Amino acid sequence: MKFAGNKEGLVHMASPIDRPVNLDLTTLNFPITAIASILHRVSGVVLFLGSPVLLALLALSLDGEAGFSDALALFEHGLFAFVVWGILAALSYHFVAGIKHLFMDMGYGETLESGPLFAKISLVLAVTLMILAGVWIW
Amino acid sequence: MVTSVLNYGRSGVHDWIVQRFSALVLAAYTLVMVGWLAMNGSDLTFLQWQGFMGQTWIRIFSLLAIVAMAAHAWIGLWTVATDYMKHRGLRVGFLGLIAISIFVYVVWGVSILWGF
Repeated sequence: MKFAGNKEGLVHMASPIDRPVNLDLTTLNFPITAIASILHRVSGVVLFLGSPVLLALLALSLDGEAGFSDALALFEHGLFAFVVWGILAALSYHFVAGIKHLFMDMGYGETLESGPLFAKISLVLAVTLMILAGVWIW
Repeated sequence: MVTSVLNYGRSGVHDWIVQRFSALVLAAYTLVMVGWLAMNGSDLTFLQWQGFMGQTWIRIFSLLAIVAMAAHAWIGLWTVATDYMKHRGLRVGFLGLIAISIFVYVVWGVSILWGF
């Protein structure tokens, strides 16, 4: 609301009905840019939690012929394959969102039009990579 | 600008720069590893894998990626912790756990890379 300075505007501003209200945040929808941002954080935390899984897998895979076959055999277990896919999915999103972030550092994708567009593009690219990761594992 | 003794470099600008350079290292490492595995993965043998990971440049690149991950994860998780954890004791405890985890990742990573 503009503080226009005309008489009507002043009366309007002074009206008790239009006083600011505490917004109930649970009823607000996040814009896609906010969703893109929070997913970047969530995927980063997932990657931190997933790192020991990848390190353990690396250690096993390099522990001789037997360890290497054991590492490959782990993927026969559905749960393990799903966990690795989850890590790769987080990596897919974090990678794409990170590159988007670098573009935004350079001043691209920061306007009201290009921001949501960049968020949409990064989500589509990340989902594509997640599907490819799934095809790769299974 | 938020400054804190718990910042990576005790300066927001320093953290900002470190976060971006570590991101570039991690992105490059991801492309190399995923690219190599995608090209060789379906019928990969142990000897191929051992030969690839045993090359000096891959060992150094992997160590660089682990160090970059340590800095990147610390700055990222510091940001997350200071944004969402209002209780100081909880936040400091959480960040302490993160610091110890990162240290373990680094030492473990070095032992894997030079232990085979």
